[in-house]
Amino acid sequence: MGRSDTETVLRTAELARLAIEPDEAERLGEQFARILAAFEAISRLDVSGVEPMTRATRLVDVKREDRPRPSLPLDEALRNAPRRIESYYSVPKTIGGEG
Amino acid sequence: MSAGAALDATELLERVRTGELSARESVEAAFERIERHDGALGAFLETSRGPALERADELDRSRARGGEVGPLFGVPVALKSNMCLEGREANCGSRILAGYRPPYTATFVQRLIDAGAVPVGMTNMDEFAMGSSGENSAFGPARNPWDLERTPGGSSSGSAAAVCAGLVPLALGSDTGGSVRQPAALCGISGFKPTYGRVSRYGLIAFGSSLDQVSPLARSVRDLELVMSVISGEDPLDSTCQPLPPLEPLARREDLRGLRIGVPAEYFPDTLDRAVRARVEEGVAELARLGAEPVEVRLPHTEHGIPTYYVVATAEASSNLARYDGVRYGLRVEGDGTLQGMFAATRERGFGAEVKRRILLGTYVLSSGYYDAWYSHALKVRSLLLRDFEQAFETVDAIVCPTSPTPAFRLGEKTEDPVAMYLSDVMTVPTSLAGLPAVSVPCGFVPGGAGELPVGMQIIGPAMADAAVLAMARAYQEATAHHRRLPPLALEEARA
Repeated sequence: MGRSDTETVLRTAELARLAIEPDEAERLGEQFARILAAFEAISRLDVSGVEPMTRATRLVDVKREDRPRPSLPLDEALRNAPRRIESYYSVPKTIGGEG
Repeated sequence: MSAGAALDATELLERVRTGELSARESVEAAFERIERHDGALGAFLETSRGPALERADELDRSRARGGEVGPLFGVPVALKSNMCLEGREANCGSRILAGYRPPYTATFVQRLIDAGAVPVGMTNMDEFAMGSSGENSAFGPARNPWDLERTPGGSSSGSAAAVCAGLVPLALGSDTGGSVRQPAALCGISGFKPTYGRVSRYGLIAFGSSLDQVSPLARSVRDLELVMSVISGEDPLDSTCQPLPPLEPLARREDLRGLRIGVPAEYFPDTLDRAVRARVEEGVAELARLGAEPVEVRLPHTEHGIPTYYVVATAEASSNLARYDGVRYGLRVEGDGTLQGMFAATRERGFGAEVKRRILLGTYVLSSGYYDAWYSHALKVRSLLLRDFEQAFETVDAIVCPTSPTPAFRLGEKTEDPVAMYLSDVMTVPTSLAGLPAVSVPCGFVPGGAGELPVGMQIIGPAMADAAVLAMARAYQEATAHHRRLPPLALEEARA
């Protein structure tokens, strides 16, 4: 199981946008297998006919009128950005070739 | 006025109201205690003496001019580091948010401030509230004032340690799977998780959105009621917050006659620490002496609580924590220079081991091919857990059980074994999954650690029965003195 657990961790890490070193992936793979084994009992539970509980309260969502109101000034909203250019967040180039 | 270490907020308020103490003296004394003891405790990640004293002076001046004296006038409070107070660092115990200062204030924090409370600092916590011992904090663990070698519990470890040591009479924590009730139990203080939706989550940094609730910690249940009456109630900024007025404490009753309390066998397994069992059974006996009628109830799906919780909560966390990618706030690591590389390098460097483990687990149970077997299945088991409680509440008014299967454990004892750490939440997660209100109150002590360690008793109620749960716990405290006991360092402080 060892190799496939490591592969599962590496595949999942890619989905989760986490860079994981191969030796860490191996360690996490072992822990993963232990955790899932400990959790397996629920998969044997018969839930036929049971509705999934998708919310914690049975009351309906609260709605409010969609009216414009004052919001954060731009500089405040961007204050925590690690990189910005004028009124934008700055990220590495995403489309187009070299550049 | 170092006697402040032994006072609950209600007693402190009395002294401030009568003019025996000014708001400034009340807040200054808290900072003196923090300065003397927090080096050893590690309860605070940031304190804000300047702004706090300024605010206290403002309150005193306002009162001198005949201004209103709010229900928490001059009471120093601590906030967990996942709570937004404009300009104060809210790093969630994580390197990825180190230096993050929110540009806005949470609804519940603003309500505390408007009531006259004075925030004194942000408290230590397991990173993103993921943990049961405080050891997942990127800034080192907080310590239990009853024994500094032991955990105060988690994830609201600093808030619990600060109240336990008498540094502040009140603190807010957040409870997702027991993160306020379990540390309250391990520290010998009172902690209350409201019904899901009773307190606005606007300004609480999210972990598991269908589970998270802002939850107070205090030296007494009457203080919990006081805080709830201030922070609860409708908020148009949180669509899951119930459109209800603030919680009003129930009137005092002479006894608990006419109330039926359920004692579930599933919460008293053979593996339960024997001394813990004895203290909780004494707690049940005390409630019976007050007139309540103990009844056996069954909660047959209890054993499935832990796996269900760790599937649902990690799934929600993997989604909530996707926002920490180096773009809008916090840490940024450029990596290989591509966008994807920047995301991955930032998250690899910024998150600690447990947070990564949970993001991976959550991503896995939501991923194509595993979704039905794990996530969708867990949501159905969650329904079964809720049904267990609903059936029990057809015959009883409340359920009484231990809060934690053990007293405070040693730091380092469970860090190598994630499954053992997860199991320390076994008594608290079912209530969280069902969205129900539950309070933990001290119900006695057991030998251990540097002398004795506190034990917590949990009282769980039906949805929206918050006031009734708190009233029962208050009646228990009026008849007992466990909540009055102080750990050695607070005791010295009170005698000084």
